[in-house]
Amino acid sequence: MMSLKTQINFKLNGQPVTVTVPVTMNTLTMLRDELDLTGTKYACGEGECGACTIRLDGKTINSCLMYAVDCDGREVVTIEGLKSGETLHPLQQAFVDHGAIQCGFCIPGMIMQADYLVENNPDLDRARIRRGLEGNICRCTGYTKVLDAITSVVESRE
Amino acid sequence: MSEITNYLSPCSLDDAVRALADGDVTVLCGGTDLMPQMEAGQREYASTLMNIRRIEGLAEITLTGDTCRIGALTTVSEILTSQLLDEVAPVLVAAADQFASDQLRNAASIGGNICNASPAGDMIIPLLLLNAVVELASWQDGAIQTRLISLHEFFKAPGKTVRQNNELFAAVLFDKPPPGFVAHFCKPGPRPALEIATVSIGIGGVLEDGVFSDVRAAMGAVAPTPIRARRVETTLEGLPLNADNIRAASVSAGEDATPIDDVRASSWYRDHLVRVLTKEVLNDVLENTN
Repeated sequence: MMSLKTQINFKLNGQPVTVTVPVTMNTLTMLRDELDLTGTKYACGEGECGACTIRLDGKTINSCLMYAVDCDGREVVTIEGLKSGETLHPLQQAFVDHGAIQCGFCIPGMIMQADYLVENNPDLDRARIRRGLEGNICRCTGYTKVLDAITSVVESRE
Repeated sequence: MSEITNYLSPCSLDDAVRALADGDVTVLCGGTDLMPQMEAGQREYASTLMNIRRIEGLAEITLTGDTCRIGALTTVSEILTSQLLDEVAPVLVAAADQFASDQLRNAASIGGNICNASPAGDMIIPLLLLNAVVELASWQDGAIQTRLISLHEFFKAPGKTVRQNNELFAAVLFDKPPPGFVAHFCKPGPRPALEIATVSIGIGGVLEDGVFSDVRAAMGAVAPTPIRARRVETTLEGLPLNADNIRAASVSAGEDATPIDDVRASSWYRDHLVRVLTKEVLNDVLENTN
């Protein structure tokens, strides 16, 4: 089937972009295949695993379930947008420092959701981090070090 | 699969219902149900895909007099963090807290959750307890016409509602429950996250001087649609909420439920669960009112 295409404009990691996409394409496919931003991962494709987590107008969403056309006029931030220049984002650095990584596939989504949690919760304790990461699954079950890494960022903030 | 020949993203309700007038439109809101259903081949696109996200004034939670109105585009996150709903209908906020994950709550809309008409839809059970009505808008005789339909009459079958193709789900409304109304929602599972309910149950009412009145009960995933548990309501109405009546209500819950076997649970287990959970929810009501 030839899918109808439409042109959309939005802000991607701080930069304005214009892209023409099929109207049924999901945002994850647009990011990876049209815009070459492969940091955001595809895993389950149905919103269960969180590997495709991005920020849309500040809120985290599963990019595999979001229609790319719905990015029009909005602000998208992906894992590539977190570091500034060559300096890693504090959460990225904390994940490195705590070895919070095994195969690494879930980590971009984990970090995007962790960033959202840290930004929006003044009283973020370990229990709340666990609850906040409920939409992110680590196939290697490496959750303990992920929690350690996020906790360290919260503590350094205080 | 038919071909999409038109993509629309209207900014006004007027434009949206006009576009719906010919009926051959797939309505897109959050996309969290639509995308996977399309990918799995469970649904087909109509010739027009209409994204209703940009419609102004349809994502508001308001209280006018005693009537609370939640616009179709309101996300589950917005329900979860609404101070107004926390005061007026805390059971709705409690259900939002057990809905999927942050990422899904941030995208999923109340209109989508209701129109998807899953027998297990998490937000539907508390809304049934609130005697909610659905507002449907359509374009007729050169103007927007709306009709109201009771939520418990809205569902026909899994994925099927009485909404006509030319109608847009505009809002869900309910009257502020009477003073002293308490309600509890329960969805069992190993963790709250991303759990499609095996069964879900909500019971509410006014407990005064030990007597339970204005009893409302609803159950999910035990019938082709979310249902009001009328036998449970009748069993409890106007009687003391004591161990004997709670036991009787639990038997009634089993009679109200007509569950099926599926990938998530057997019919036998669902039947067992609704009976046990009815007792649990009623005991919660009792404990939290005393």
